[in-house]
Amino acid sequence: MASTIRVRATSNGDITEVQALIQHPMDSGFVKDARGEIIPPHFIQELTFEYDGRNVFVADWGPAVSKDPYVKFAFKGGKKGDDLKVSWVDNKGATDTTTAKIQ
Amino acid sequence: MTIKDNGFFATRRLILQGAGAVALVGLGNLPFLAPALAAANDKYPEEAFKAKNEADAVKALYGKTAEASDKVKIDAPEIAENGAVVPVSVTTTLADVSSISFLASENPVVLVASYKIPAGTVPNVANRIKLAKTSNVIVVVEAGGKLYSATKEVKVTVGGCGG
Repeated sequence: MASTIRVRATSNGDITEVQALIQHPMDSGFVKDARGEIIPPHFIQELTFEYDGRNVFVADWGPAVSKDPYVKFAFKGGKKGDDLKVSWVDNKGATDTTTAKIQ
Repeated sequence: MTIKDNGFFATRRLILQGAGAVALVGLGNLPFLAPALAAANDKYPEEAFKAKNEADAVKALYGKTAEASDKVKIDAPEIAENGAVVPVSVTTTLADVSSISFLASENPVVLVASYKIPAGTVPNVANRIKLAKTSNVIVVVEAGGKLYSATKEVKVTVGGCGG
């Protein structure tokens, strides 16, 4: 299966800018479906970006992060061609991981 | 005085004693609680995501309260047509930032997202959040062990929580 994570990491020499877009329903548990039944909560809780063996960015998410979440941040360092590892885990224990090359 | 009254006073005394005991235990635990919170920073902040108001969420997350600061800048729309997808970003000129959190005052779960900013990571974050209705978006930044916050009202014409 194709990865749920799309990442673009670009380095300008000093700073690496990272944008990530993840496919996930991010159901909050407050929304009802067409039959009036509550859609159970299903959302990503933790999203981790790892570079060179250390975490450069960790997100703790609640149910109020939008569907197919997007996040953007930047960190100092990061060389072109190096790997950036991205992984998430949701409230049902599902996970996904991908590795992107810094451009 | 009737027996019923005695019962009332006895109960009242019990409750008062109970409250006193809770207060004592609470105070006694405080010095131990602070490092425990710091240590638990790496874990998912389950309790903070259960909080029903901003103050409780911030307390559960950091164990202290935030002061307003003009060094924290929120970029969010004045009016969001679709509450399900509201782009919000934050930048700060504060040094030594270790954490940035997003809260929405009128959401059923006020804490939206909390980001850990390790040393070397730029304290600017952009994300997209859901707003149940028109509410204050609050960003709390932890810098140098202190908390700073900024607030911006976002008007929502269609809520992000269905119903």
